[in-house]
Amino acid sequence: MRITSRGRVLAPIAAIGVMGLALTACSGGPGGGPGSGGGAGEADGKVTVYGTIADTEAELLEESWKTWEEENDIDIVYESSKEFETQISVRAQGGNAPDIAIFPQPGLMGDLATRGYLKEAPESVVSNIDEYWSTDWKAYGTVDDVVYGAPLMASVKGFVWYSPSQFEENGWEVPTTYQELLDLTATIQQSTGEAPWCAGFGSDAATGWPGTDWVEDLVLRQAGADVYDQWVANEIPFTDPQIKEAFEAVGEILKNPDYVNAGFGDVASINTTPFGDPAGALADGTCALHHQASFFDGFITDAGATVAEDGDIWAFVTPSIDGSGNAVTGGGEIVGAFSDDEETVKVQEYLSSPEWANSRVKLGGVISANTGLDPANASSGILTQAIEILQDPETTFRFDASDLMPSAVGAGTFWKGMIDWINGTDTDTVLEQIEAGWPSDG
Amino acid sequence: MSTFLLWLSTLPALAQVPIIIAAFVALVGVLIFFIEIAPRRGRVYTILRLAACVLIPLLILAALESYTIAIIAAGVLGVLFFWLDYRSSEGAGYLFQLVGFLAPAIVLLIIGLVVPTIQTTIQAFLNARGDTFVGLDNFVWIFTQPQAVRTVLNTIVWVLIAPVVSTIAGLAYAVFIDKSRGEKYFKILVFMPMAISFVGASIIWRFVYTARPAGEQQIGLLNQIIVLFGGQPVTFLAVDPWNTIALIVVLIWVQTGFAMVVLSAAIKGVPAEQMEAAELDGTNAWQRFINVTVPGIRSSLVVVLTTISIASLKVFDIVRTMTAGANNTSVIANEMYTQFKNFEQGRSAAFAVVLFLLVLPIVVYNARQIKKQREIR
Amino acid sequence: MSAVTPIDLPVDAEQKKVLARGERRAETGFAKGAKRRLTSRGATIAALVIAILWTIPTFGLFVSSFRPANEVRTTGWWTIFSNFGLTIDNYVTVLGSGNSQLTLADAFINSIAITLPATAIPLVIASLAAYAFAWMNFRGKNVLFIGVFALQIVPIQMALVPLLQLFSRGEIFGFPVIAALGQSGYAQVWIAHSIFALPLAIFLLHNFIAEIPGEVIEAARVDGAGHGQIFFRIVLPLTMPAIASFAIFQFLWVWNDLLVALIFADGAVAPMTKLLAEITGSRGQDWHLLTAGAFISILVPLIVFFSLQRYFVRGLLAGSTKG
Repeated sequence: MRITSRGRVLAPIAAIGVMGLALTACSGGPGGGPGSGGGAGEADGKVTVYGTIADTEAELLEESWKTWEEENDIDIVYESSKEFETQISVRAQGGNAPDIAIFPQPGLMGDLATRGYLKEAPESVVSNIDEYWSTDWKAYGTVDDVVYGAPLMASVKGFVWYSPSQFEENGWEVPTTYQELLDLTATIQQSTGEAPWCAGFGSDAATGWPGTDWVEDLVLRQAGADVYDQWVANEIPFTDPQIKEAFEAVGEILKNPDYVNAGFGDVASINTTPFGDPAGALADGTCALHHQASFFDGFITDAGATVAEDGDIWAFVTPSIDGSGNAVTGGGEIVGAFSDDEETVKVQEYLSSPEWANSRVKLGGVISANTGLDPANASSGILTQAIEILQDPETTFRFDASDLMPSAVGAGTFWKGMIDWINGTDTDTVLEQIEAGWPSDG
Repeated sequence: MSTFLLWLSTLPALAQVPIIIAAFVALVGVLIFFIEIAPRRGRVYTILRLAACVLIPLLILAALESYTIAIIAAGVLGVLFFWLDYRSSEGAGYLFQLVGFLAPAIVLLIIGLVVPTIQTTIQAFLNARGDTFVGLDNFVWIFTQPQAVRTVLNTIVWVLIAPVVSTIAGLAYAVFIDKSRGEKYFKILVFMPMAISFVGASIIWRFVYTARPAGEQQIGLLNQIIVLFGGQPVTFLAVDPWNTIALIVVLIWVQTGFAMVVLSAAIKGVPAEQMEAAELDGTNAWQRFINVTVPGIRSSLVVVLTTISIASLKVFDIVRTMTAGANNTSVIANEMYTQFKNFEQGRSAAFAVVLFLLVLPIVVYNARQIKKQREIR
Repeated sequence: MSAVTPIDLPVDAEQKKVLARGERRAETGFAKGAKRRLTSRGATIAALVIAILWTIPTFGLFVSSFRPANEVRTTGWWTIFSNFGLTIDNYVTVLGSGNSQLTLADAFINSIAITLPATAIPLVIASLAAYAFAWMNFRGKNVLFIGVFALQIVPIQMALVPLLQLFSRGEIFGFPVIAALGQSGYAQVWIAHSIFALPLAIFLLHNFIAEIPGEVIEAARVDGAGHGQIFFRIVLPLTMPAIASFAIFQFLWVWNDLLVALIFADGAVAPMTKLLAEITGSRGQDWHLLTAGAFISILVPLIVFFSLQRYFVRGLLAGSTKG
């Protein structure tokens, strides 16, 4: 008994049209003005800062600029997210960007800069960079000859952690060339009958990254800084013999079932071991050698061991091939800005100054490559050593390659490739897969 | 509108809830009132209709502080619409009522889902920066990259396994506990996983799947069982292709509760007379289940299967939090996210289009169901 | 229960019986035909097995949340008796967590303030639309309905950027259309969640509303009720169970959502999920805290679930009662 329909075709169209068309049919009108959701671009006494630094480190970060905030009457609102890498690009595209972002990867900053989302660094910041940072570091905040940001903190990668007392008991020496490191590995293996190295690539969505550090260390040491730079720019592809050589050198240790994975199982267990867990194995002596960046001292301290030259655990820098010179890889953050109002500029300026660097390093746990930084401010021996390495003019410093590459490779196929490689996929296949991830239009 | 929302946001959080809901309910109340009086005859109602047709769009746009052009357009459209409505074959006011019911949902869907879909589809044929037309390049890339092909295949595996298993498990459970003592508590046990966030679920399953080397204490339950029986610990999330199955189990664990709740309600709606008649015919329980219960809940089964299939196609959180797509476990939604993160908008959008194509069969099937239902009535 | 007694419903007694049947049977644990029921000892055992299988993982988490961090990392939770050590440290740490902008308690309030409107708004809008699709005729109805249904497949990740552009710049396709919402607290999250919930809500509710016996609607129409009255006085009361159960599902989804919150709930309006995702430390080393975090965030959904559980029994009967 229901009424049969003979409605017009126009009916549904009109239904939608009333509001739909009215919403979309117009362009022009007064300009909407920049988004105010994140507060970018307006002077309101607030500067929003967005980054990956979370938890305790975030509290220390906020503490480091507290006094300055009060003196300058600017409220710095810091927000952190583990999903920063994705969120920042969503928010930039959606017009809801923060005033300032702390980029853990220069590559990601470059991605946003080339798409026109970032503001050029103001003059005062550029002069700070010229004064307090090396040209290498300046280059990391520069895209197509335009400076976008100053570095913030730094870490030195490629330390090999070991137990000095264990070395002394057994008469093992800290190696000075890469070959000596391999010999030491063989010696430890023979005398203990156990695997000397432990490694953990597990890091949730970022699983695989500790492996990239290994490869980068070897590329820099075997092939040299120039090749390293060309590799980062993809002028030398992953499939190049020089890169393959670095992989195979790493494989001599990481893919040798006699050498890994002390305290955790077989070679494949490297992928499933969270990268923080080897700290425990080092502390209780089941693992003799572990390759990880300077931040690892915090993990070892948490595991109940002391980090000092005469303590439970200490570290040496992965030796170079012939034992000469000091070439290290490292990481750090670059501070970029999405707005250029007066307050944002002031904050940027302060963050690039040695005053801030000293203020933060005093609070412990981190270092900075700022040359105005006093190494004595560092909270532990290993960090003091790291600052000295960074400030030593003889040091060839190169930023972590995976952080410089476009994130499709550096935080994508390179990580995944390391996982596959450890799982037993042959090197050539892995290298091709990593190279295939290179963006369609770099 | 934005002034109201700004004022609202200055209030304490919990005070905002009743105010926004009250404001919203009041709006809907006014809408229903207008719908009710719309078809009435008489000059007064005609004028009311005309006023509403013109004023409502104007008010909405004014509230959104939209642009003059838009407001004028809305006024013109309102007049046109009124005329159409007045001349409508269903009688004056019919169209007005229809729009009153549908417009809020349709407008929201257009701005929130249709527009992005159109944008994405366009993007799928552009390069990463979205400034050059590249034809089918992004799709060629998907179907020539072994990893990307694997991603699509994994998604298909998900949609083949998860909906069927969770529906069967949910149905079996619903039948088994039907009218039993403590049915309520039985239900809660299986429904609980739905109430747990994916962050929680990924931790829960870490305690199930984690492997420690042989000879050490296992902290993953499954490996503990394997070791008890003298086996070697297995890294469930690393061994391809079983890792994908391990992830699918998590989705099944979550969705079975949904299937069970819906199907349990459906079973209770099957007329008792039919069951009794079948019993008198001397059929056994299994035959009764197949010949009476299943046909009786057929449309509910379709709804459940459809909903879970779509959930499996869109699955993202589980893969993201448990493996991030490593070891060949990636699925389309995860890969979309990854490509987006890498500023490869073109490829990301192409994956989304592939996802649309995969869901087509489900949409077509349901469209037929809907048509059939209409014919029955 | 009186949720299903429609006001002034002009239906004959026969109809009422039909409507009440499913409901009655749902509520009586032991119907008259209990002895003829399908379940048997074997079925009960099978049900027990499924129940245990489904509960063990959660139970493991529950036990783990009361164990010291080091034990959680090194031993299985089932060894709780041999490695005895119960502690509420995890809970204390999580409850004390937070960032410079809000504590866990604030985030808890935020979660509630986000979830309630984001549940109510889409349900009302979806019921209106579902009614039109079920009981009004217009050309292109099926096509439009299938279109709405198909929108379920749009992955949320795709809609984030366009919506954000609309909220923060008032633009669609790059054209300015409305004034930007700006920093208006929860509004963005409410609207976003409402939009994403609509396709599924309309689809499920339509199936239910369409099942209302045509005679009931017809009778009301004869009595001179317009669509507004029919919707308000007949359809809403009759579909209350379905609406209530979908409300519970929607509540759970919004409460547990992280993706939408990440984009639309900045800083001070962030819900619990967002905070919990950050407490595992900068390098994920404190993941044992999530054991406690997961249980704190599950509390409200469980309370909602227990208190509204009777609606599940009768809810979402989509297409099962051939009236």
